[in-house]
Amino acid sequence: MDFERIFAIVIGNILVSNFILARFLGLCPFIGVSKKTSSAFGMGMAVTFVMTMASFISWLLYAYVLKANAPLLVWLAGVSGSEAMRQVAADGLETALRTVSFILVIASLVQLVEMFLRKSVPALYRALGIYLPLITTNCAVMGVALLNTTDAPEPLGLGEATLQGFCAGIGFTLAMLLMSGIRERLEPLDVPKPLEGVPIAFVCTGLMALAFLGFAGMA
Amino acid sequence: MEFPELTKGVVRSNPIFVLLLGICPTLATSSSLRTAFAMGLAATFVLVCSNLVIALIRGVVPKGVRIPCFIVVIASFVTIADLFLKAYFPAVSAQIGIFIPLIVVNCIILGRAEAYASKNSVGNSLLDGIGMGIGFTLGLLLIAVVRELLGSGSLWGHKVLVGYRPMTVLIMAPGAFIVLGLMLGLFNWIGQLRKAR
Repeated sequence: MDFERIFAIVIGNILVSNFILARFLGLCPFIGVSKKTSSAFGMGMAVTFVMTMASFISWLLYAYVLKANAPLLVWLAGVSGSEAMRQVAADGLETALRTVSFILVIASLVQLVEMFLRKSVPALYRALGIYLPLITTNCAVMGVALLNTTDAPEPLGLGEATLQGFCAGIGFTLAMLLMSGIRERLEPLDVPKPLEGVPIAFVCTGLMALAFLGFAGMA
Repeated sequence: MEFPELTKGVVRSNPIFVLLLGICPTLATSSSLRTAFAMGLAATFVLVCSNLVIALIRGVVPKGVRIPCFIVVIASFVTIADLFLKAYFPAVSAQIGIFIPLIVVNCIILGRAEAYASKNSVGNSLLDGIGMGIGFTLGLLLIAVVRELLGSGSLWGHKVLVGYRPMTVLIMAPGAFIVLGLMLGLFNWIGQLRKAR
């Protein structure tokens, strides 16, 4: 991994193609939990943590089990010696099993993280507590797993995939924090009645996305 | 089977404009009518099939593991939709990209499975799935009409507005947020007017 690649991944995921503002991933928690800065930060940290872990594990799953000529499939084909299994190994299982396997990995990962934090870091668990179960259905997590593996524009290494997961999480947190700051200041303002609450939040997000569009010049 | 189960998802509890569910695919695929329609159909297919299967197995699945079971059922139907689109409509499938496999984490589908299909009869769950699917598709199409018409001056890929300078920003990310925000405001306004009368 050279420095240029690392820089491109960091800037690309945090600013240029921010998961919320440019890729439309993870909007439910973004709108739902961005009313207060403290909860926005908690949600952002929990998502960053799970996205980093999910990137790491889903990459391993993809590289060793799912993709064409993956070591496990080749080994199984060798052991069984059947023609059908050899065909499976040559085609890979990614199109058939990526959705099921990734969602199961993410769901069990979130469960595992929850149990681990409850036992060993109770302070952090109490801070994140209510946000953790919500992360399973956060499409940003599943999205980064797909963008790292089957839908990557160019193949990524394990380090790059994990870094991309981490930076996407940081970009998510950044957008959450900016939004919560805006919404806290919107509260006392005199917004037209039909636009109060979520509608004006979407309009503000649009203006933020417009500002972030400026970063596209950096790519 | 009760008919109101079918119609409630279309207007009264429309998944996009009233329940605010499934916002990510809505914004991502509403830049043109074609992608919006494909996304709506794919989501409707998954919603109807998973509602049906979940209503069938609701008596057998233990309460503690119901969410993982539902997710596996949903993921199977998402895979079917994904492979079908890849095989027969490769261009649309490439345009929608990761939002097809991401139907699996769409809150509408798991939401209906948990809140409705796991508690109601097969017939009603089927109607609920169809109604919610139609509501989602109509909502998507409504946003897509505005964005495609004003953003690129065309409808379903055909030039409609001749001599009109398109507001390209509407088919990009910022336009998606702003159009959805204003439309939500518009529907709130209509609702408030009706209540005042």
